[in-house]
Amino acid sequence: MQPQAIAYLAAGLGAGMVILGAAFGIGKLAAAAMDASGRQPEVAPQVRTSMIISAALIEGVTFFALVICMLLAVK
Amino acid sequence: MVSAFINPDRLEHAVKSVADTVREAAAHGDKFDFGHLLSHMKDSRDVELPFVHFQLPELPPMHIAGLTLDLSPTRHVFFLVVCAVLVAVVAIASARAYRKSLIPHGLPTLLEMMVIFIRDEVAFPTLGTAGMRYVPYLLTTFFYILVMNLTGLIPYGATATSNVMVTAGLAIVAFVMIQVSAIRAQGFVHYLAHLTGGVHWGLWVIMVPIEVLGLFTKPFALCIRLFANMTAGHVVVLSLIGLIFLFRSLAVAPISIPLALFIDLLELLVAVIQAYVFTMLTALFMGLGMQGEHEEEHAH
Repeated sequence: MQPQAIAYLAAGLGAGMVILGAAFGIGKLAAAAMDASGRQPEVAPQVRTSMIISAALIEGVTFFALVICMLLAVK
Repeated sequence: MVSAFINPDRLEHAVKSVADTVREAAAHGDKFDFGHLLSHMKDSRDVELPFVHFQLPELPPMHIAGLTLDLSPTRHVFFLVVCAVLVAVVAIASARAYRKSLIPHGLPTLLEMMVIFIRDEVAFPTLGTAGMRYVPYLLTTFFYILVMNLTGLIPYGATATSNVMVTAGLAIVAFVMIQVSAIRAQGFVHYLAHLTGGVHWGLWVIMVPIEVLGLFTKPFALCIRLFANMTAGHVVVLSLIGLIFLFRSLAVAPISIPLALFIDLLELLVAVIQAYVFTMLTALFMGLGMQGEHEEEHAH
């Protein structure tokens, strides 16, 4: 296989694995947030804020890997 | 778009322009060129507005200290300036409305809500009373990034923050502010002492470079997070729309356009959230830097 083909393949597989990790992490985070809101509805707004911040941080790390995949595909 | 439905001439013009685009794309041979679609996202020399299409001037390259810099303005620079002027004008006008009456109507109250949100929920918990002096910087960051992100979502607008150099500039400013706030709160000597990490002086040789490198990772993460979030949304929307041209048939449109609409709405949410996260993380890092002094007092 030509190196460019392997690069494209790697970019695709990499992006898929990145999404697996990110979705799994954020899913667990959302589940914990739902549990906490269900147990104590009065702290739901603060839980929601922390959830959004944590989700943004996890997605930030996701996008590191995604940028690497983009670099693989473009260069 | 609504006027296209009301006025039959405009509707005909709209349909004709779409048909022209499709015909042009079909006439360009077998290979579909994503470059044309991507050019909407990348930086470019010309600016396209509803009735105006002008080229930005190309300045001659400047030679400074052995480097050749090309400082000619591009579309992203143009939108940087436009958003900065917009934020400045709106903010100053809103602040002036408070001189006339204590409770003005309209936009100033909306801005007041957001300002109070940033001041009480983001700045005060992380920075404390001593850190209130940095609230103007945090407000500027938040509103500037917000307006830049949202500009990319309106038609004919370009996202300046989808350029890694723009977000790198914002991250550099954040880095400087984090160090300034830490030095101001702890004093320069304490600040340097924290760089050593409190180990025996024999280990300073390896500890200091690692700590210095650690100083740079946080703003770097800020930069990449904002850049990638903004770029990824646009890439997905452009790819979905490009599917129509790739398959060369209008039958893809009923699937493609609603998906693109949904992703566009998601992008709206992401734009606001990313502005908030950038500001919050900057405030957090500044607060951590300022608290270093108290940490040391407790250790004794």
